[in-house]
Amino acid sequence: MRGNLAKAFELTNTQVFRRAALPKSYTDLWGRKLFLLLLTIQGLGAFALITLGVMLKKNRLARNVMGPRIRQEITRSGVALLPMFLFIAAALGFLVIGQTVSALARVGATDYLGSTMVIVVVRELGPLLTAMLVLARVGTAHVIELGTARALGEVEALEALGIDPVHYLIVPRVWGTMVGIFSLTVYSIIGALASGYLWAFLQDVPLTPGEYFKQLAEALSWLDFALLALKTLGFGFFIAIVTCYHGLAQPLRLEEVSRVAVRAVSQSVIACILLDALFILLYLVT
Amino acid sequence: MSETPNPAAIEMRGVSIGAMRDVSFIVVEDANWTVASGEFWVIAGQQHSGKSDFLMLTAGLMTPVEGSCRIFGRDTRTFGEVELAERLRVGLVFEGGQLFNHLTLRENVALPLQYHRNLSPDTAAAEVQPLLELMELAPLADITPANVSGNWLQRAALARALILKPELLLLDNPLGRLDARHQQWWLRFLDRLWRGHDWLGSRPLTLVATTDDLRPWQNAQLKFGLLHDKKFSPRGSWDNMESSNDPVVKELQAVPIGETM
Repeated sequence: MRGNLAKAFELTNTQVFRRAALPKSYTDLWGRKLFLLLLTIQGLGAFALITLGVMLKKNRLARNVMGPRIRQEITRSGVALLPMFLFIAAALGFLVIGQTVSALARVGATDYLGSTMVIVVVRELGPLLTAMLVLARVGTAHVIELGTARALGEVEALEALGIDPVHYLIVPRVWGTMVGIFSLTVYSIIGALASGYLWAFLQDVPLTPGEYFKQLAEALSWLDFALLALKTLGFGFFIAIVTCYHGLAQPLRLEEVSRVAVRAVSQSVIACILLDALFILLYLVT
Repeated sequence: MSETPNPAAIEMRGVSIGAMRDVSFIVVEDANWTVASGEFWVIAGQQHSGKSDFLMLTAGLMTPVEGSCRIFGRDTRTFGEVELAERLRVGLVFEGGQLFNHLTLRENVALPLQYHRNLSPDTAAAEVQPLLELMELAPLADITPANVSGNWLQRAALARALILKPELLLLDNPLGRLDARHQQWWLRFLDRLWRGHDWLGSRPLTLVATTDDLRPWQNAQLKFGLLHDKKFSPRGSWDNMESSNDPVVKELQAVPIGETM
């Protein structure tokens, strides 16, 4: 309990460095930034491993408390965002896919439609856009809620009651963000592909629905489904870990919460892009 | 692990305590203190003297920078998942309550019970109802903390600490934010807990409270300690405090400056 938080945070308390006066030379400044980066990576790594350990070790503990909390987080990170994502999916179809379809039709390359759609929407834009929007809507809320709870002493109150804060506060958010991003990505992709065809249809592109979906099916492989699932769950895990780490670990004063929220969002975006790059490499290798 | 048959409720030896927010900043040095089961201690100290940090360490939420702190014979450094049962023998009431803002008062009180015994919300609600009624919290039970006054928040925090029936109760400045009527209720209720309340099966409770105002605690049966200038000193009974010429003790009793000379 106390140890779980202490292990991740005590050695990686970057606030001491952040609050220090600015160094006099650029070399010192970059040195400090590099040191902070390494400390943050160490803290995030430790926090991710601890969270994974708690998820595995305590998956049967206090189900009557944790079940509703996990469902609540899935609703917040997934179901509640569905209307917004249906709109985004429609817009994505109209703005990106519709244009691609009409451009390919003009040069008589509609045979490549399926593979273009799969690369653009299924592999790249769908998961990444979904992750960014969930980060904006839910990730920031994680930092602010946890940062406020930390500053108001609610985390210590949990520990005093013998409740592991990582189990009670973090695990539901990790599950919620992972399941939310995965589900919303699937809905976004379906919505974007459908609205893209609708846009092409309105532009009189000579393509029947049967041909369109046949091309999509041919362009998709089992690897796409597997990597899509892994990638979206990975995005969810990283976003939840980075935002929860910053919310729970660092801010001990209320006035620092907003600054830390900005830092958490920046680091989450970087983490997602790095993960995305890793998956691009995987696609290229396979 | 060396354990005596009837270990002291609290035993500190050469304990140095770092501040909760910055462990490198030492707030108490070389504290030695023993609390036997069934005792009622009041730890007095001025604001920022380290009372809260002292209590957090006693509750096992922090580890000592130096020395050892044992609760019922168990070193708090080893408090972890395995020692959960030992840990739950200690209850802690924070200054200001520190209730969970997303839960109602009933849910706040029920949470430890529900979490540790995996009870359904309905079962837990039924189990906390007698305690809520005992503490006159039933009419406010379905309100969130943001909509309740500080007096009642503090009382809900006490209910939350008592729901698991601890053997040692630590209270951080419990009377500090209360009006006179609520202070009287607390003093009566703590006295009943100390002597053995029905809620605890008539078992006497060991109590430790911190304060920055000694006036409400004038009771010959209580034991007192003083935190000042990074030193903790057990001072014994109220008579010792009352007869003390220590200006800090006089200040904590709100004796006018002229009378301290």
